[in-house]
Amino acid sequence: MEKRYTVEVDDFERAGAASISLKELLQKLGLAPETVRRIAIGTYEGEINCLIHGGGGVVIADITPHVITVRIEDHGPGIPDVEKAMQEGWSTASEEIRAKGFGAGMGLPNMKKVSDTFRIETEVGKGTTVIMGFSCV
Amino acid sequence: MEHSYLNSVRVNNDSCTGCLLCVKKCLVHAIRVRRGKAVIISDACIDCGECIRCCPTRAVRTLAEPLTELKRYKVNIALATPSFYAQFDGTLSASVLWQGLREIGFDSVFDVPLAGDYISEEIETFFQHYQGPYPVISSACPAVLRLIQTRYPELIPHVLPVLAPAEAAAIYVRRETIRRLNLAPEEVGIWFLSPCPAKGTNIHQSIDVAHTAVTGSLTLSSIYGPLSLAVDRIRNEKNELPEATVGTSYQLAWGLDEGELLSTGCRNGLSVSGPDDVDEILQQITLNKLPDVKFISCYICRSGCVGGPCVAVNKFVGMKNLKKRIAMRRLRERANRSEAMQAARVCDGFPASRQYIKPLKAKPAPPLAGDFGAAMEKMEQLTALEERLPGLDCGACGAPTCHNFAEDVVRGYGTEEGCIFLKR
Ligand SMILES: Nc1ncnc2c1ncn2[C@@H]1O[C@H](COP(=O)(O)OP(=O)(O)OP(=O)(O)O)[C@@H](O)[C@H]1O
Ligand code: SF4
Ligand SMILES: [Mg+2]
Repeated sequence: MEKRYTVEVDDFERAGAASISLKELLQKLGLAPETVRRIAIGTYEGEINCLIHGGGGVVIADITPHVITVRIEDHGPGIPDVEKAMQEGWSTASEEIRAKGFGAGMGLPNMKKVSDTFRIETEVGKGTTVIMGFSCV
Repeated sequence: MEHSYLNSVRVNNDSCTGCLLCVKKCLVHAIRVRRGKAVIISDACIDCGECIRCCPTRAVRTLAEPLTELKRYKVNIALATPSFYAQFDGTLSASVLWQGLREIGFDSVFDVPLAGDYISEEIETFFQHYQGPYPVISSACPAVLRLIQTRYPELIPHVLPVLAPAEAAAIYVRRETIRRLNLAPEEVGIWFLSPCPAKGTNIHQSIDVAHTAVTGSLTLSSIYGPLSLAVDRIRNEKNELPEATVGTSYQLAWGLDEGELLSTGCRNGLSVSGPDDVDEILQQITLNKLPDVKFISCYICRSGCVGGPCVAVNKFVGMKNLKKRIAMRRLRERANRSEAMQAARVCDGFPASRQYIKPLKAKPAPPLAGDFGAAMEKMEQLTALEERLPGLDCGACGAPTCHNFAEDVVRGYGTEEGCIFLKR
């Protein structure tokens, strides 16, 4: 089963809407609360990056009884140095974004931490796709 | 023994007009209109009391004991909560209020703020050793606990494992009364003077207390009439020195949403009240948006327990009353918070509440089907059905939204014919 959620540019008011909808859906399917929370946290961080750095995009959740895969896609600037981006505390967020409470450089590391599999596909000038896998057991 | 959960809000079918107001208002979508009458889904209800507040015909009420229940016990003790004090002017001596409670049938009164002086200290000590996830969520409002159990079970590890002052007070006063008067447990009635249905539910179901010591709850609105008559009489007869309470001013403040933060001296805390705001803050905690906040005091009622659905006086008047009493109490206590609390702790062997607390159990809404694959199929059906619905959330089907209606249908709690658009 596939679920798609769009992430609008700079829609801070609704930031997290995709993660909340996905969370509610997974709860109704009977997924364990801890797994649901890991997915919600990972998706939320991805959603925020997609909105702040990627200029908006889409969250696609592929749901099967064993694995839940969450892809967060954007067509923004891409990440030039993924290794750096993955470091805790590394951020290119603007002052304005920091003032809103983002930009600690913890998003990507946390996404990796909460997921069971984690992959970034990115190309400068083309966009970024982050893929997180969560096993359901 | 495990009891099945039963909420404390009931609908009177004679006066319910099926107007849908409560259906629309309910945060957790626990109400439907069936055959023209509101029906509360007990498993989903968190006892927040919003339906009691919004019902234009007063058809929704809380289950609570009448004063006549006191006759069944040899000795009856009232637990005087901060929200109880808030019903009366802050300059009115507490001893007058207690005398009033005696005249309407209680044998004695226990001052809940006094228990607060122990509980607040326990909370402070708890934080000194705490290693778990932040923010910690207060456990004082049972409706919030129900919301966590049903909708945010993943947040259970964040909940403060300390009893609400009234529960701790009950354990202490029950034990002492039995010992001093040499009574059997069933001869002692301990009564919670309650601002809400949630506290009543907690008493009957022991959500967070392994062995509740409270016998039952009497709503503030139900005792207010006889009590204020008695209080007026006493006030004219004797003119005592103003005496605010036994417990400190900080504990009186628990009746307001910020009280817990004030009484524990927590500076890095938030106080959140009202169903929508509490739901939103829990959502934020779930998404890990607030890891730097230490403590969140959450109350389902706006402004805290003074705004409970079963209080007698207007919330703003209650706030004024309570603040005045807090100021009166402060005149008679040390300026330093810890010293004031220390001086107030006069009970021998007051119980450590952590001994009595039972870990919260997750009680999420049941999945669409027992098996994940089957649940996915139902979810597909739900989505397909939702696409055929107009999305107007008109309520004619008795459900709050088209989405809820679709879910009811796939769960077998309704049929497609319920929708006037599908019928056309
Ligand atoms: N979708 C994206 N498109 C372009 N750059 C990105 C994207 N996601 C992350 N980055 C880059 O990687 C950096 C690190 O991302 P990360 O999510 O770890 O931290 P942050 O978003 O800056 O701060 P935080 O997530 O703690 O609020 C970002 O500052 C940004 O430069
Ligand atoms: S805020 Fe207080 S009065 Fe309202 S439901 Fe919670 S405990 Fe009861
Ligand atoms: Mg980020």
